[in-house]
Amino acid sequence: MKRLVVYRIAVVAGLIALLEVLCLAGVIDKITMQAPHLIARDLWRLLASGKMNGAIAKTLGNTLLALLFAVGAGVIAGALLHRRRALRDTLDPLFATYYAVPVFAFYPFFIVVFGLGDLPQILIAFMLGVVAMIVNTLNGLDRVPTVLLKTARILRLGPVDTALSVTLPSAGPYLLTGVKLAVAYAFIGIIGSEFILSRGGIGYEINFAYTNFDNATMYPLIVLILLASIAINTVLSRWERTLLARRGAR
Amino acid sequence: MSRTHGGRNALVLVAALFAFWQVVYWIVGDTALSSPLDTLAYTAKLVASENFGMHLFDTMRAFAIAFALSVAIGLAVGFWLGFDRLSGDVLEPMIVTVYAIPKLTLYPILLLAFGLGLSAKVAFGVLHGVIPIILFTLAAVRSTKPILLKTGHIMKLSRLQMIRWILFPAAVPEIFTGLRVGFSLTLIGSLLAEMFASQRGLGYLLMTGIGLHNIEQVMAVTLLIVVFAAAVSTILLQIDRRLHRNARNL
Repeated sequence: MKRLVVYRIAVVAGLIALLEVLCLAGVIDKITMQAPHLIARDLWRLLASGKMNGAIAKTLGNTLLALLFAVGAGVIAGALLHRRRALRDTLDPLFATYYAVPVFAFYPFFIVVFGLGDLPQILIAFMLGVVAMIVNTLNGLDRVPTVLLKTARILRLGPVDTALSVTLPSAGPYLLTGVKLAVAYAFIGIIGSEFILSRGGIGYEINFAYTNFDNATMYPLIVLILLASIAINTVLSRWERTLLARRGAR
Repeated sequence: MSRTHGGRNALVLVAALFAFWQVVYWIVGDTALSSPLDTLAYTAKLVASENFGMHLFDTMRAFAIAFALSVAIGLAVGFWLGFDRLSGDVLEPMIVTVYAIPKLTLYPILLLAFGLGLSAKVAFGVLHGVIPIILFTLAAVRSTKPILLKTGHIMKLSRLQMIRWILFPAAVPEIFTGLRVGFSLTLIGSLLAEMFASQRGLGYLLMTGIGLHNIEQVMAVTLLIVVFAAAVSTILLQIDRRLHRNARNL
């Protein structure tokens, strides 16, 4: 395992070094891309100057809001659907094809309906995230062992006690998978819609910098988003793995 | 029996979605939304219009090239990583991480590298579509039954013969799932590229629709995209399920 991590770091370092060499040698010209060490320097300056704090706060705030709604609504809808077999069967084709439909195609339409504010972005991020949450909630509830539910009935646990001490621990890892996907989708939804058309946020700043040929702002911001999403994803994946291991699913 | 059920569910679902749309239309009104019937009428007019063919052709050309490239690269890399245990172990988690980042932010880099036009769109489509194909192919190759591989070794098959006669047939159902997911993501990628920066294509029509505040155009194009994506994905899903069922029956 340790050896693999070393190899992975070597691959990443190798790629960065390759870019650095290509940039310094002039194979990749300055208008296309700056050398990695300059990007790192610019990113540091940008963060230290605090110019982007507003945009970062806006993007993170919207992402968090969309995530909360998506997870909340997803768990509730999943729990309700789990009890309604017919409704679940009817919605099944929707869930199966949902991620094949470009949800961003609805963004222009939301702007027309709600105006160019935060709401259309949050709605897009919510729509992207909520179905992953519903599907994984259903999946988790399907896998709660029947014997545990029967035991709960024999012990005469109420619905709240059953949920807290039986259902939640069993379905937990699957819920976390849903949350992990919802985080990624919420992030993609907010930044993507900021990018397409908006009045603020990191996605907007990248677009703005791109339109103004301002590579000294654009590349550091792109790197910032990459680092942030990689970090969040790694932490959640690790947590998910420990939960699954504890439940003995792996 | 289950197939007729599936068909009925899909019909009920489509009817429910149209009913929902009509109800929202009654609530929101003419300024922000056009009714289902008006949209269908406008869609028919749009499809018949002279320029539409050009936009559709442009989108479909970018999408077709992108998907062909995704499949070729995805299968090649997937088979390589599936065969070579060490490379697979090192690279797979990194590819999974790339899957979760908001790729839209990388689009400016592609634009700078490829210029505004077909090749940037294709590159962006490939960026979206290639990853699931790699991951599913890799998993499929790795989960090939050892007895099949041993039989191949006994028959002294070369590496290429091994792929042609054993690995590929055994992995087809899983690979098809990868192609199905890759298909939708490539479509999403090409459309997003058009929405952000292009002078032609369906995504461009969407964005001009907003610019001109032409709600009917926005809704008609959204409808076309959604119907196309959902229809193709439903067909692919049916084939996918049949392949998996047949594989289980072997």
